[in-house]
Amino acid sequence: METKLYTITIFSENSVGLLSRVSLIFTRRGINIESISASSCSIPGVTKWIITAFTNRELLDQVAKQVERCIEVLKVFVYDDDEIIYQEVALYKIETNLLFEEPHVERIIREHSARILEIKRDFTVIEKTGHYRETEALFEELKRFNLKQFVRSGRVIVTQSPNEYITDYLVEQNRRINKINDATE
Amino acid sequence: MENNHISGAEALLKSLICEGVDTIFGYPGGQIISVYDKLYDYTDQLHHILVRHEQGAIHAAQGYARTTGRPGVVIVTSGPGATNVITGLADALMDNTPIVVISGQVASDFLGTDAFQEADVVAMTQQATKWAIQIRRPEEIPAAVARAFYIASTGRPGPVVLDIAKDAQVGMMDWSHERCRAIRSYDPCPKINPQDIDEVAQLLETAKKPMIIAGHGVMIANAEKSLLEVAEKGNIPVATTLLGLSTIPSDHPLNKGMVGMHGNLGPNSASLEADLIIGVGLRFDDRVVGDFNAYAPNARIVHVDIESAELNRNIKTFKAIHADADDFFKALSEKIKPTNNPEWLAKFDTRDKFETEKVINPILKPAEGPLHMGEVIRAVADAAPKNAICVTDVGQNQMFAARYFRYHADKSFLSSGGLGTMGFGLPAAMGAKIGAPDRTVCLFVGDGGLQMTIQELGTIMAYNIGVKIILLNNDYLGNVRQWQELFFNSRFSQTPLVNPDFNKIAEAYGIRTGKVTRREDLADAIADMLSDDKAYLLNAAIGSDEMIFPMIAAGTSYEKIMISKNENYFPLK
Ligand SMILES: Cc1ncc(C[n+]2csc(CCOP(=O)(O)OP(=O)(O)O)c2C)c(N)n1
Ligand SMILES: [Mg+2]
Repeated sequence: METKLYTITIFSENSVGLLSRVSLIFTRRGINIESISASSCSIPGVTKWIITAFTNRELLDQVAKQVERCIEVLKVFVYDDDEIIYQEVALYKIETNLLFEEPHVERIIREHSARILEIKRDFTVIEKTGHYRETEALFEELKRFNLKQFVRSGRVIVTQSPNEYITDYLVEQNRRINKINDATE
Repeated sequence: MENNHISGAEALLKSLICEGVDTIFGYPGGQIISVYDKLYDYTDQLHHILVRHEQGAIHAAQGYARTTGRPGVVIVTSGPGATNVITGLADALMDNTPIVVISGQVASDFLGTDAFQEADVVAMTQQATKWAIQIRRPEEIPAAVARAFYIASTGRPGPVVLDIAKDAQVGMMDWSHERCRAIRSYDPCPKINPQDIDEVAQLLETAKKPMIIAGHGVMIANAEKSLLEVAEKGNIPVATTLLGLSTIPSDHPLNKGMVGMHGNLGPNSASLEADLIIGVGLRFDDRVVGDFNAYAPNARIVHVDIESAELNRNIKTFKAIHADADDFFKALSEKIKPTNNPEWLAKFDTRDKFETEKVINPILKPAEGPLHMGEVIRAVADAAPKNAICVTDVGQNQMFAARYFRYHADKSFLSSGGLGTMGFGLPAAMGAKIGAPDRTVCLFVGDGGLQMTIQELGTIMAYNIGVKIILLNNDYLGNVRQWQELFFNSRFSQTPLVNPDFNKIAEAYGIRTGKVTRREDLADAIADMLSDDKAYLLNAAIGSDEMIFPMIAAGTSYEKIMISKNENYFPLK
């Protein structure tokens, strides 16, 4: 079974404790979460989580179903990279001296289309937005220069589709609930 | 007008009443004392059973829920009170039992400080519940209770936990209760797709060797009638899983027995030959399937379950149908045509005859030797009313009870299937009797398992709960002993039990007892036990080396079935 990096998006109600319930489901099936980010999404009241994990599709589809079973989870989607547009952001902290002493550094920043976020007397923060391999490539280069700190965010993604896939689902659910409420009134 | 400006504790009780609760199993303590204080005013509406250990409370609630179909309610205190119910939560999650546990919690200011008797119950129960939530404010209580009951009892039922901080119990609020009718993120009622039903009807028309396997889901969905209708209309053989027992009467000609590790030769062999298996409301777990790669090699498998996450989880299906069992059978019975496969049906009967001769008759009609579990169980089944409920503990007693009891009425079998929890039996039987006071409840329990929750004899005494306890006493952890004899060179490591005088123990609790060691005394002993509706312990001395067969060794295929220690049956030869 082919193992590769997949992206999972989870749409849920805003609910305390859901994160641990969800992450336990991954742990139980032996899947290590590579990155995770939670954010609001274009639909008010709905939380969107983006998780990446190295695993195989079959196992992940099962995990996705398990996650969907959690009461407050609305819907789960599993994506291959070609189904999504995704970005990560990385921050690199170097000594400010380097900018003056090491001519390479400026060139590297420019070649990688990174930008300088902040310059302080002691240190400078560089920002690079891109895919994993791009932020990683910059990391490989800066590593030589006594990199003080490095951090990479989880993925943020949007789908290749015009809307959130969740929109139709919510319409359907609201219709279902209205029907139940009408029937009991 | 009623004063509805009340404490959270009172709100909880009033909301429980609104949800139709009249019975609670529980145990008080410091962080739930306010609820117990209010309960004092509500004893006319809420019958509280004080158990002797919280594990007893939750297993009793499980027994109650599974016989009544209504959620079982448990109230416990924080910390150890709550951790003591975790085994029962895991059990109820596995066996899809609607349970609402209410646990006290330290006041919200103290949360996370390792306060006295603080345990992070919500975190601990994440993987053992369908839903768990902490309540920190009194006004959250009614809606949480409403949700809890809705979630526990709909779709695939399961246990939920409401962990209520002390200040939420004490604080005042304006109470009103509205039952939960729907949750946006949770749709428990899948719709049947008519095309799926047409397709299954079609598959049945062309199949030569079809078989239905009915699981616990059939019982939970109250689909016994519609199952029978489909089976009879289509003339299709039916097998059940362990927890599917009693979904079709034992003596029905289309009931071909039980599948699984200790199942019957007919249906287990048939799984190798069948060309169509319609599995409804079961998980196809390892105890049913054996070897996942060798299961049902010739069959198209149609799997029907209310839980979409179960579909294509353990086995690959030809067709997965996300539906309620009763909806499925009802829709199918409209479409089904009679099948005519006399040779296929005859195969079950040939194998059944073989099993009867080789395995069953030596147990039911032995010439000599110590009592067999199977003969005690069958004698009880024959003497008990037809609607008696068979409750089991775990071990050989469980497998023998499953195989040798007779089921004539719906919801007659109650056992810890998925988790296999020793100690389940006695409290579950208690709960079953409270849920179904008009039925005879027969508990078959081993000498090991009885001692895991034996303190509940106190509850039985206190509330006059008329359970019939049949102790199948082999002075061993028999099931483990069997594996040791078969697979570990008879090295009986830590399985012999030094037992107390069980009769004396029961008598100390004021429970009438009997003892039977000889075959010729069995009928009288059982008659004495069944002569009234009170609790009774019948201590039956069973041979220590008794083993349960047939048996399919764990993880192996059904091509080789042990029918005794030295004899195998090969269905395909
Ligand atoms: C709580 C728990 N601990 C351990 C086991 C493992 N186990 C399964 S059957 C069994 C032996 C049961 O002995 P007994 O209750 O005497 O029943 P018997 O098999 O002799 O009928 C054991 C130890 C279990 N199922 N549950
Ligand atoms: Mg025993």
